[in-house]
Amino acid sequence: MPYRLKILLIALAAVPALAAPGFSQDARPRQAAPHENGNSAAASAPVHDISGTWVPANGPAAGIQAFGVSAVPNDGKPEHELPYTPYGLETYKSHRPLTGHEETTPTLTNDPRNKCEPLGFPRVDFYNLRQTQILQNPYKVAVLYEYAQAWRVIWTDGRTLPKLVDGGVLIGKEIREPRFYGYSVGKWVDDTTLVVQTVGTMPEDRVWLDLTGRPISDQVRVEERFHRVNRDRMELTVTIDDPKMYTKPWIAMNKFPLNLADPHMDVTEMYCSPMEIEKYNQLFGGPASANDGNEPAK
Amino acid sequence: MSKRIVGVIALAVGLLCVSSPALAHHGTSVFDMKNPVTMKASVTEWDWYNPHCLLQFDAKNEGGQVVHWIAETQNPAEMLTLGWAKASFKPGDQVTVTLVPAKNGKPFGRITLVVLSNGKTFITSKEGFSLKESDGPQPDKSSKY
Repeated sequence: MPYRLKILLIALAAVPALAAPGFSQDARPRQAAPHENGNSAAASAPVHDISGTWVPANGPAAGIQAFGVSAVPNDGKPEHELPYTPYGLETYKSHRPLTGHEETTPTLTNDPRNKCEPLGFPRVDFYNLRQTQILQNPYKVAVLYEYAQAWRVIWTDGRTLPKLVDGGVLIGKEIREPRFYGYSVGKWVDDTTLVVQTVGTMPEDRVWLDLTGRPISDQVRVEERFHRVNRDRMELTVTIDDPKMYTKPWIAMNKFPLNLADPHMDVTEMYCSPMEIEKYNQLFGGPASANDGNEPAK
Repeated sequence: MSKRIVGVIALAVGLLCVSSPALAHHGTSVFDMKNPVTMKASVTEWDWYNPHCLLQFDAKNEGGQVVHWIAETQNPAEMLTLGWAKASFKPGDQVTVTLVPAKNGKPFGRITLVVLSNGKTFITSKEGFSLKESDGPQPDKSSKY
């Protein structure tokens, strides 16, 4: 068999197995002898400790979530239709996303991300969740996201979750302003599971839920469950309860697997620059997607 | 073209046929994903910036005329993990580029593979690609200062 033909056949034969969802784990150096598949041979999880640098177990694409929240991709399938309220559906229809079932082109999108607006919470869990550093002490857990160098603090000092009120949240007798990353309080429900509640986020004219333009409002209450399966594996489950946008709570991320990375790993800078986005759209995004009549290519 | 390069291109094309790349910035509707093209080219500019790096190059079309192309990769953070760098290309570098072209027929595209004249190979996705099989990108070894 000619060499070139042999190579081609080998390549094509390998494709189905290799093209499974996600791709191979980043092969950066790790801690000693990690077990990547979360099996029972891995060292047990430390008690009340989720610190470390974590990366999506199924590769960067799994964390990018280009087609929307990982548990419910926005692919037009009936089973992936979210339980929108009328206002939620109206808000969704007003969005012009770059991916998903309602995909448009780079010059036509109104995604606030494209102006380098903060992603906000919970979108930071649902878009470009990449190398994520978690630092903690007895009082709080800090989560440092790779994308746009965003960070948030989860209080674990026993304080109560602020109450949602008109205009923000009530802390003591004081009404505090909504925040892009909200107000988060965490509680250990067992040795290896931290449950985090978050309220007080930004309204729907400032933030999206995911890259496909699904909406989220300032009335949302988000629950995150960080469950450390063993030393090297953590699973993240996120539930959305937003009565303004959705008729019932639903799970947006279901046991999303994360692997512990080498503690020496230097997380890559991943910034958002309005100047560079403008240049990109001028040089490429616009002309690559437009026909002669300046209409987007279909 | 060496046997190794032919093999790498065959693998890249095969992957394109059955998998859709995960894009951080936009979807694939503007690209003709089913009809990748490969061309020999001369680099004119390598733009290392977000949201996607852009490789600009000149290549001759079927009529022998030089056409200026602009093609994108992923973002710099992603490219670093794939072995690309800001210094990977300089004007005048002779390269073989495989990309999926824009549907509108203009000289724009999304890169799947670039091979330098010395055989060094750059891929834009680790999906299904065995690093041991190439002379090209290796996992990022510069994760420590």
